Amino acid sequence: METIPVVIQIIGLVSASLFMLYIFRLIVKGKLREEYSIIWILCTIILIVFSIWRHGLEQISLALGVFYPPSLVFLAAIFAIIVFLVHLSVVVSRMQSHIKSLTHEMAYLKQELAQAKAQGQPESAPGQVHILIEP
Amino acid sequence: MIMKTKANRILIVVPCYNEEEAIAGVVADINRVLVQPGLTIDVLAVNDCSTDQTLRVLQSLNCLYLDLPVNLGIGGAMHAGYKFAYRNGYDIAVQMDGDGQHPASELHKILQPVLDDDADVVIGSRFLQRSGFQSSGIRRVGISYFRRLNQFLIGQTIYDSTSGFRAFNRRALTVVNGYYPDEYPEPEAIVQFGLSGMRIKEVPVVMRERQGGVSSINTSRAIYYMLKVTLGTLFVYARLRLKYPSQTT
Repeated sequence: METIPVVIQIIGLVSASLFMLYIFRLIVKGKLREEYSIIWILCTIILIVFSIWRHGLEQISLALGVFYPPSLVFLAAIFAIIVFLVHLSVVVSRMQSHIKSLTHEMAYLKQELAQAKAQGQPESAPGQVHILIEP
Repeated sequence: MIMKTKANRILIVVPCYNEEEAIAGVVADINRVLVQPGLTIDVLAVNDCSTDQTLRVLQSLNCLYLDLPVNLGIGGAMHAGYKFAYRNGYDIAVQMDGDGQHPASELHKILQPVLDDDADVVIGSRFLQRSGFQSSGIRRVGISYFRRLNQFLIGQTIYDSTSGFRAFNRRALTVVNGYYPDEYPEPEAIVQFGLSGMRIKEVPVVMRERQGGVSSINTSRAIYYMLKVTLGTLFVYARLRLKYPSQTT
């Protein structure tokens, strides 16, 4: 297999660096939490490493006994994506259970508040309570 | 006669989602039946973020109600009710559907075993005496499947495992306060109770056809329902088996 042309190498390096900068920017602006950014930073580092180390992929494939180097890239990429998706499912599940608990607490508070209001104004007739709710 | 121990505080939890037509009748029904000496009985309707006028109807009724700000599904709504019962020191909690399927006149049948301390969990069953509304054919196939699954997992036969007409005592409330399944919780909860060492009893009750609203399970969701409940049941089994390994079924 021929080595990668220099132009492609530079494009790879630049885009990986830009991606890394974008991730940093998201973290700084508070739009991405650090714990979820680790995987993206790792991915970018791997991309940068292979952009610089031109024969890296070939050498690793040879060492692992992989005949066609790009298939190693796909294998690694798919594996990483699946692991990250499972991680996201775990995050979503955790958030769902948090939302459930919060919803319960909020319902209890609303109930207590409504009760306290009702006890605080015993003179108000039931009809008056509904004035606020306009169809 | 109904009271055996000290005064029992009972909370009847009625989950409702878009039940504006039926809910008033259900609450009125309960309030009419429940004038018995020695029992303090409260009704708690849980409005699961209905899109119709259910909340407005509830506000005008003589009952407690919780208004969930987010739709949680039947399991989440019931969990809210059980937690409420647990925190406010109720001795017994009853689940009763908001669509009028469960007549209040049958309440004493599921309450009695709990009051007599014969059981921790009492399930009102349509199938022990074949009277009243019996559910549709396809649904009965599913119910018999769950019966076999539960039989296999906890070694006890519950004929109407999808029945939402249930009574729990304080012990069972402690269990559901910690965890209650989210979606389609009824069959899963039975396995949970069985493995937590609760005494489950099934008593015959007569049910009606729903008085209004739409069932949460339609035909296209049936397969998902079976799969979800099977998985949920198996995982609850696995989780509790790790927790209480000593118990034999």
